[in-house]
Amino acid sequence: MSELICLLICSVILLVIALLHVAYLTYAERKIIARMQQRLGPNRVGPRGLLQPFADMLKLLTKEPIIPYGVDKNIFVLAPLISLVCAGSGLAFIPLWSNFVLSNANVGLLFILALSSLSAYGIILAGWSSNSRYALLGGLRSAAQVISYEIAMGLSLLSVVVMAGSFNLGDIVRAQANLPWKAFLFPQIIGFVVFLISAVAECNRVPFDLPEAESELVAGYFVEYSGMRFALFYLAEYFAMLVMSGLAVTCFLGGWLGPFSIPGLPFFWFLLKLYAFLFFYIWLRATLPRYRYDQLMDLGWKLLIPLAILNLFLTAIIKLLV
Amino acid sequence: MQPLIELEKRQVGEEAWEEPFFLNMGPQHPSTHGVLRLRIELEGETIVNCEPVIGYLHRGIEKLAETLNPNQCILLSDRLDYISSVANNVAFALAFERLMKIEVPRRARLIRTIVSEMARLCSHLLWLATHALDIGAITVFLYCFREREWLLQIFEKICGARLTHGYVRVGGVRRDFTPEVVEELYEFVRVFPERILDYETLLDENRIWLKRTKGIGVVSPEKAIDLGLTGPSLRGSGVPYDVRKFRPYDAYDEVEFLVPTGKNGDTYDRYKVRMQEMRQSASIIKQCLDKLSETEGEPVLSEKAPDLLLPKMRKEVCPMLTPKGKVVFRTRKKEIIPKGEAFASIEAPKGELAVYVISDGTDTPWRLRIRTPSFVHISAIPYLAKGHMIADLVAIIGTLDIVLGDSDK
Repeated sequence: MSELICLLICSVILLVIALLHVAYLTYAERKIIARMQQRLGPNRVGPRGLLQPFADMLKLLTKEPIIPYGVDKNIFVLAPLISLVCAGSGLAFIPLWSNFVLSNANVGLLFILALSSLSAYGIILAGWSSNSRYALLGGLRSAAQVISYEIAMGLSLLSVVVMAGSFNLGDIVRAQANLPWKAFLFPQIIGFVVFLISAVAECNRVPFDLPEAESELVAGYFVEYSGMRFALFYLAEYFAMLVMSGLAVTCFLGGWLGPFSIPGLPFFWFLLKLYAFLFFYIWLRATLPRYRYDQLMDLGWKLLIPLAILNLFLTAIIKLLV
Repeated sequence: MQPLIELEKRQVGEEAWEEPFFLNMGPQHPSTHGVLRLRIELEGETIVNCEPVIGYLHRGIEKLAETLNPNQCILLSDRLDYISSVANNVAFALAFERLMKIEVPRRARLIRTIVSEMARLCSHLLWLATHALDIGAITVFLYCFREREWLLQIFEKICGARLTHGYVRVGGVRRDFTPEVVEELYEFVRVFPERILDYETLLDENRIWLKRTKGIGVVSPEKAIDLGLTGPSLRGSGVPYDVRKFRPYDAYDEVEFLVPTGKNGDTYDRYKVRMQEMRQSASIIKQCLDKLSETEGEPVLSEKAPDLLLPKMRKEVCPMLTPKGKVVFRTRKKEIIPKGEAFASIEAPKGELAVYVISDGTDTPWRLRIRTPSFVHISAIPYLAKGHMIADLVAIIGTLDIVLGDSDK
């Protein structure tokens, strides 16, 4: 019983920390992009606009949730929740530090992959149930995107698993401890690049933000959503970014391992790498235009998947020989 | 595209039919550049048919012009292509000047050329900003607005307005440049070519940008002429037609500039053409500024220029204004436009803008016809879009550079 309560408390703490991260990730995104575009960004609410995320949250919470005429009501309400839950619960498996992980599952990696694929269902269902053509097109694009990228991502992570010999994320990090630079980055450089590109597609971020493509489909799958339900989709996107960055740090950059350990700040290296990844996402958004839907499938099927398979074979052969 | 009724008949008549997927894009859509509405028939994401629906911004400018005197017509022309209103002003003024046989002083012609090119820069900057935004590059948007803002501020110093300038008058311009304006323009043309490099580093060799623009919306030179494309959209296909070279107006015969052309006639070539044009515009402004110093102190308005006064206000229309009959009305001279007709066409930023005026000898034109580039370009959308995807449609709308105020009149 006490174990269960402990787990509950830990979950709540993790959730709060993650939510705070998401809130300030939106703020950081707006500020960083503003700096890149020679604007100021949010600067009205609180000192330097630091309370902006809370103002936004309050605004969205108090807005009227509109359910348009003709939507499939149950699915319409459920879709953002599916998206959020599936995107967010992956956080539980990512080790912040040796043994400092909410759920030390032996199949952690598989679980995260499964959940992130499921979160695409939220998007597809939202598009389908909205009774809007733009939303439908957004949902269809999302489906196309999922089938093109999940495979490449799974294969690139599989070569990491081959290297580490375990699906447990903690073990994967420990397997990197003896390598030069304490990371799978160099032995798995092809896998890393493939994963990086697929992860951006997984989170529906620029340049793969096709399901929501603002200038084409207005807002794509969530065009009919408003108020907090709309915000849930946003939360899901940012949670997915956190999970994917966390996964990249864990699988390719050596997780909590660093060149030297800093006493008192055990999470320092993990967070540093995580923030670097998040910055990378934001940077991409300020720089790149959007891919077209068929070009994205081209890239996925003709380039990333063959590369990932090749990488997997190479890894397996080297593993056999060594 | 088939009319709706026919489609319904087909659907009802046959037993097994596939329902075409219609998408109504606009009039409220972020990338239709105003209130353009497109009825699209889709197959997956591929466009089978596309029908533009316009008229949401119709204000009857041509009809309205029949009730206004020449100088008022010019203010009306601001509302055509509101991105580059000075260019419209010039077209209207040229038509009326040809009709009224007014010679424009050299200094005024130089100033007009400068502001026309400034308008071209404004228009091309806004085009690049929105075109890039449509394709997904958000940073270019703000970079372009940075320079556009500077230009608008210069415009504000020139004539007090940022968007609807009404700076040109029949027979010249409203007022002379101040030394401050000349200085700032020199600074602008010095800095601007470097800023163009900013945009080009973000786009020119960007793989995604290339993928999204190369081979999209290809028009052969012959087809471009058939479709009636003008301006950069035509030159992108390799036809070196530019009104500034073919029928020079204002001071364009005094300055040297190149007419950049493309080769393949795709979206990328039209992008390159416009980027080159921006450089040429900056150089034209610089040459004109140099020449402007030669004409220091000369008038900027012809002596024969019509008055700015309104048509004579008749007493019986507003008797309330003179309750005791003591207020004396200033007599306002009616400027008679000589009987006849005149045609003027200019190279507006978006294409060839032509104005045709007929006068029957009163103070207002009997008929005023405007040929606007956007109207013609919109009619080319179905041809360009067929077989492409929705994402390309957005790029095609962007590359044709349309403004709905221009098309709907």
